Formats: sequence, C-alpha cells, structure tokens
Amino acid sequence: MKLSSLFSSGSERARNDGPHQQIVISSRVRLARNLRGHPFPGWAKKNDRLQILELIKPSVEALPEMEGGFSSYLHELSALEKQVLVERHLISREHAAKSAGSAVVIDQAQSLSIMINEEDHLRMQVLRPGLQLRNAYQALDKVDSTLETKLDYAFHPQLGYLTACPTNVGTGMRASAMIHLPGLVLSEQINQVIQAINKIGLAVRGLYGEGTEAMGNLFQVSNQITLGEPEEEIISQLNKVIERIIENEENARQILLQKKLGTLLDNIGRGFGILSHAYAMTSKEALNLLSFLKLGVDLGFFPPERQKEIDDLIIVTQPAHLQSNATQQKLSPEERDSLRAEIIREKLKAFPNPNTSKVVVPRPPTEETHHE
Amino acid sequence: MLCDVCKTNQATVFLTQIVDGKMQKVNLCEACSKEKGVTDPLSFALVDLLPGLGAEAEVEQGAPVQHCPACGFTQADFKKTGRLGCPVCYDTFAEGLGGLLKAMHRRTTHTGKVPARLKRSIELGVRRKQLQRDLDKAVADENYENAALLRDQLRELEQTK
Repeated sequence: MKLSSLFSSGSERARNDGPHQQIVISSRVRLARNLRGHPFPGWAKKNDRLQILELIKPSVEALPEMEGGFSSYLHELSALEKQVLVERHLISREHAAKSAGSAVVIDQAQSLSIMINEEDHLRMQVLRPGLQLRNAYQALDKVDSTLETKLDYAFHPQLGYLTACPTNVGTGMRASAMIHLPGLVLSEQINQVIQAINKIGLAVRGLYGEGTEAMGNLFQVSNQITLGEPEEEIISQLNKVIERIIENEENARQILLQKKLGTLLDNIGRGFGILSHAYAMTSKEALNLLSFLKLGVDLGFFPPERQKEIDDLIIVTQPAHLQSNATQQKLSPEERDSLRAEIIREKLKAFPNPNTSKVVVPRPPTEETHHE
Repeated sequence: MLCDVCKTNQATVFLTQIVDGKMQKVNLCEACSKEKGVTDPLSFALVDLLPGLGAEAEVEQGAPVQHCPACGFTQADFKKTGRLGCPVCYDTFAEGLGGLLKAMHRRTTHTGKVPARLKRSIELGVRRKQLQRDLDKAVADENYENAALLRDQLRELEQTK
C-alpha cells in the first residue's frame, strides 16, 4: 500500500470519539523489545542491522493487525514522506533520520505502528483518540504476545525486557497522553501543574516528545519509570494523574469564564480574527491560535460540530503536510506560510462568528475548587 | 537575597552545581531562571543526568577497561552515548548499572510481563532458589527431618525441568 492511500483511508484518530476527547487529544502506549544475541541498533554494524531487519520484518508484516497496512524500508521513503509520518506521530524524529537497515510497518487504521531498528530492534506503539490508555495497552500487549512466539526476545530474569537505554529497561513501556490545557496556561497555573507531575515521577513534554517545545497549549504526559512496577499499575497511575489534570483544566476554564470572561473572549476572538484574515502564518502561530479556537468550541462559543474542522486544520497546516498537498515542488518557508494562511482563511469562511449568548457561565464556585 | 543575574529581583531559585570538584552556587529570580532554562521542565530529561558507569573513576585508578564479551562495548562507550551495546552488556556491566538503575527507577527488579515461553522456567528458578535457602537454613539449624523433606522437593523440581 502506498503512503498516500494509507492517509486517504479513514484514520482511527480522525474519528474523534474517544473519552475526554475535548481535553485529551490522544493516548499512546509503546513497547521496546530487542532480540537475544544481537547488538542493539545503535551499536550494530550495518550488516548486523540488515540481518536483524530481515529477521523481524516478515513476522511484523504477518501480524493479523497489519492486514491491508503499510510497510516500507526507511531508505525507500522520501524526506517529505518521513516528515509527514513524524507529524502524524507514526514514527519518531529519531527514526525519520534512519535510512538503510530500518523499516516501519503501520496498520490500515493508523493506530498501530511498528518501527524496526529505531533505538531498539522493535518499537511498537498503539495510538488512540481521547483517554484510552488501558485499551491501547491491551491492544499492544496482544501484538507483543503474538510476536514473542516468533521472535526470541532479550529478557533478563531480574531486569525484564532489555533495552538499549537503561531508562526503558523492565517493561520497555512508555505510556503517554497528549493533553490540551489552554485553561491552565491562561490562568498561569501550568507551571505548578507541571512541577507537581514531575514530582511524582512522570514526565511532561512538548508536542513531538523529548526535547520539544510546548506549542498550542499541548502537552505530553508520560511515565518515566519502567522497572519494578507492572504495566497495568503504571497505566493505572498515569490514568489517575491525567484524570486529575482534566479536573484541574475544567476548573480553570470555569474560573476563567466567571472571573476573566473578557480576557477569554478577547483571546478567542483575536485568534479567530487573525486566523480568518491573515495572509502569512507560521506553523507555531497557527497552532497557538487554533488552540484558542478549539477552546472556543469546548466552551460553546462555536457550534460543537466545528471541532473536527479545527482538528483537521491542526494536522494539515504542519509543514510537511502542507508540502505534500501542494502542487508546487519545494515550497520556501514564506510560500508555506502564505499557503497555510490561505488554507485556514478558506476553511474559516464558513465559520460562524463567536457566539457568546450560548455560553453557560457557571455559578460562583465553592472555594475548594481552585486552590492547588 | 537578590538575583545574581539581574540584581533587582528577589532570588527564589538556588542552584548548586559541582564543576571540576568545586562547588558553585547561583541564586536566581524566577524570571532569570526561566530565561536560563534552569526550571524549564521541558528541557529536563533523565538521560541528561546519567552518571555513567563509573568509567572515569576506574580509569583514574588504573583499572583495566572492561569489554563486553559479546559485543566489545566499553564503559567509555556508555559515557558517550548513554546506550548499551547489546543485551549481554547488562550482565557485563551489572555492577555499575545497579546504582544507575536504582537512581532511575527506584527499584531494580522487574515485576511486569514475562514472555510466555520463559514464564515456567523463571518461576521454577525462583522456587528452586527459595527451596535451597530453606534447605541451607534447615541444615544450619540441625533440623534434619525438615532438611530431608526439602531435599526431596528440590530433587523433584530438578527433574520436572
């Protein structure tokens, strides 16, 4: 299957019907696995890597979950195609930098993605819309159990699954949720929340994972510890923390509605105005303003059915997506910014003006709701 | 106390760093610490804090460089990349890794999923160790009746393997 036809078929994430979808954009669980008796990809010579790849790839392609899916060697993908996969969170930035000796296999729903010879021999992930960490883990666990009957995993009786980096040893599992927190950012509580999350051994990162900036009020929360706790426990703890963050975000939004309605309206209105009328727009600016529009839908300033259009815009205005949909070869950054602005203007033409009459301003809160 | 950088705001972030064995202290206000990236949790990654496998200390003491017998990896390679060479490295460098893993994960024993094909042999191994320990204790206590019983159980276990 070609990459373009993979994307034209319905994506699991585009369905937009996950639990807590308003605040939790997506849930992801990934497992790292390696084969016994082979050096890890970063230390392996090219021939070793090619050999490992041919050992693993057929088993991955033969998974029932991968039927009708997409499979490619990394050296067969163009730089642009790789970047599109990164923007869709189907491969990591590290994997995009690989060429000969690595591969990626993606299922038809774009929910299951398996990278071969990334940092570990196998990096597999399941991505689901909304808060569905348990569900995602169960699906991935099943894939892992099928693969372990065919591949000889490196497993240590004391340390568990062995990984190239000791930060992943044990379960080899990283579970994360992408959350949209404009309320906590606008009310300036976000740093406190991040610090609290860090204190209990969870990590908070930007949009594309480790070392990336937080844009569009989007944050990734994930577990750090992989050794000494069973998978289900890690997932359940993360789940609890995310439910608390959702509560905090909802409270922050309510308080903004009551006490800073003006600021809130101003942010959303300005976002709408700029997005509707700008002729040049960087991806960062677009994401930050679209975040306010998304908040506007959540709060009832725009009709709820507009949510999907905003989510689509967030995806298609990323640099590689713009380029791959463009008719012209190799857009310059300026051309991209103007094309991005054009796409957004076009889409927002049919958008109604923010309507504040339908907004439900809550009754004054009881005191305990906002002292964190 | 005033911030060392802007010298106007009250310092609220106190950073202590040890560079070349000398302690350095910096006091920053919230704004300056943000600007310097000190409190930016997004730039904070556990892997940046990896203390290494003790390679430097050993090299200084003239200890021989250890090579992984399976892949030729050394402590110095770990210091450079933060990644290990192959699964066997976990045993080769077990000593240095022990403290590192404890610092990272707080615990050092996996309690999660086990590949189905290894489940039985791992469970048997744990059971065998326990029986052996009980047996040693029974012998030490001169509780020979119990020891004979444990010895028989252990034998039976060896045979089921």
